[in-house]
Amino acid sequence: MTQDQPLLSVRDLAKMYGGRIGCTDVSFDLWPGEVLGIVGESGSGKSTLLGCLSGQLAADRGQILYRGRDTRQMSEPERRLLSRTEWAFVHQNPRDGLRMGVSAGGNVGERLMAVGARHYGDIRETATDWLGRVEISAERIDDRPRQFSGGMQQRLQIARNLVTSPKLVFMDEPTGGLDVSVQARLLDLLRGLVRDMGLSVIIVTHDLAVARLLADRLMVMKDGHVIEHGLTDQVLDDPQAAYTQLLVSSVLQV
Amino acid sequence: MTDQAYNFAYLDEATKRMIRRALLKGLAIPGYQVPFASREMPMPYGWGTGGVQVTAACLTPEDTLKVIDQGADDTTNAVSIRKFFERTADVATTEATAEATVIQTRHRIPEVPLTEGQILVYQVPIPEPLRFLEPRESETRKMHALSEYGLMHVKLYEDIARHGAIATSYAYPVQVEGHYVMDPSPIPKFDNPKLGDNAAIQLFGAGREQRIYALPPYTRVVSLDFEDHPFEPTKADHSCDLCGAGDTYLDEVITDDQGSRMFVCSDTNYCVTRQAEAEAGAAQ
Ligand SMILES: Nc1ncnc2c1ncn2[C@@H]1O[C@H](COP(=O)(O)OP(=O)(O)OP(=O)(O)O)[C@@H](O)[C@H]1O
Ligand SMILES: [Mg+2]
Ligand SMILES: [Zn+2]
Repeated sequence: MTQDQPLLSVRDLAKMYGGRIGCTDVSFDLWPGEVLGIVGESGSGKSTLLGCLSGQLAADRGQILYRGRDTRQMSEPERRLLSRTEWAFVHQNPRDGLRMGVSAGGNVGERLMAVGARHYGDIRETATDWLGRVEISAERIDDRPRQFSGGMQQRLQIARNLVTSPKLVFMDEPTGGLDVSVQARLLDLLRGLVRDMGLSVIIVTHDLAVARLLADRLMVMKDGHVIEHGLTDQVLDDPQAAYTQLLVSSVLQV
Repeated sequence: MTDQAYNFAYLDEATKRMIRRALLKGLAIPGYQVPFASREMPMPYGWGTGGVQVTAACLTPEDTLKVIDQGADDTTNAVSIRKFFERTADVATTEATAEATVIQTRHRIPEVPLTEGQILVYQVPIPEPLRFLEPRESETRKMHALSEYGLMHVKLYEDIARHGAIATSYAYPVQVEGHYVMDPSPIPKFDNPKLGDNAAIQLFGAGREQRIYALPPYTRVVSLDFEDHPFEPTKADHSCDLCGAGDTYLDEVITDDQGSRMFVCSDTNYCVTRQAEAEAGAAQ
């Protein structure tokens, strides 16, 4: 794919919940290898936007061009195929993104098998390799996620998503609900993987520290609207919108 | 003697037509689970009410019915279903596989190869092979429609990871004509190769779950596996202690309080027939 075409190009996207705005008037481009952070207070529409972008929610209006093709016009089989090949989704709660009754190896292997891998030895070898990449010891390969700590579960979810080398990864609060020290380690790991694999990422967070560490660019949302959009340092160090100024200063006080 | 209080084969004609429509749809889309409005039958679920309804919808007065349970014609379950149709449809019954036109079965495929014109009706407890992996029916329906079956291999992967080999020995999943993955009901995997390219019509009825599915004659049926862990239709490594057959599915039977064991054909009619033939041969 050429570098002079956005990976994802979004125009005038809107999603309503009855009379209430989920998100509206959202337009942006995501370039290959770029990490876009979406920040904003609770209820500002971050998850709604991410859901629409990843095809988990049906938007009401607008255009989502992925590599030039409108995903809203795609058939469901096409969209589902994308979701298990070129896209990945990391949930805040690992329970939503893992099969808790299936071993760690089976969890990582699922996407491989979903795209036709039929050699047990090869699948196991790849799973072992990926557990190593997310710092889970190979001897835990046959353990169920239930026996893992929260941080390990989240790393397993990441391995399970990245094993097929997706191009575009959606993440909704991937470090939420974890202890600060566990968060730091996970962030480090994520940053390394994003860099090494050249991933394009859209990450929702209301933790501005996470945004600063991972995101190249930021969109600030409020009441379903994008109220500020720019390079991460610019947005965080020199916020233009009054709301962003408040958001940034309130974080600094914590 | 027909019990005149009932319509032929117990079910009313409208119900039988409804079931036949489901059967025809099932035959047109091999391996696809067709919903149908399962009726109360005068026997509890788990006694094969799905199979009984399918049999009732297929039977004609000219048919000869055989009923087996785990290969045997003389278990309580098999006897009561056979009696049920003797009473409500007045059809001829038999224990000889080759003489039957309709065979209702629980958990086995007869050893004698079936022929064109025969119908094999399976009693199915749980028709959805994805059930234990994905409980949401809305999702499993999509997975079937789109042939998204990676999850079936996750199950086999887990088997190998835990037991060193694919330990699933009953209800071993198959893929039909390269599309639908199907649960062949709890037959031993030894019987799986007989599902494919079979001359008979195979019909599957799940009463409680209200599903019917089917394999028309000579359908391509493949047991799922891995390249490095290929499917194996295993059986006990013995010959039958009664008839000497070395190629049949065997039951292990405890014969006394000391725990003595013997291996005998699970298909009792096949075994008895072989024994009779051997005796006749010896008498000559
Ligand atoms: N399923 C739903 N039905 C109705 N309204 C909803 C639904 N989901 C979200 N909303 C509303 O849409 C708006 C945006 O919600 P959304 O979950 O996208 O916010 P968020 O930014 O992800 O919040 P948080 O940080 O708490 O996760 C809110 O007003 C919310 O109440
Ligand atoms: Mg949210
Ligand atoms: Zn025998």
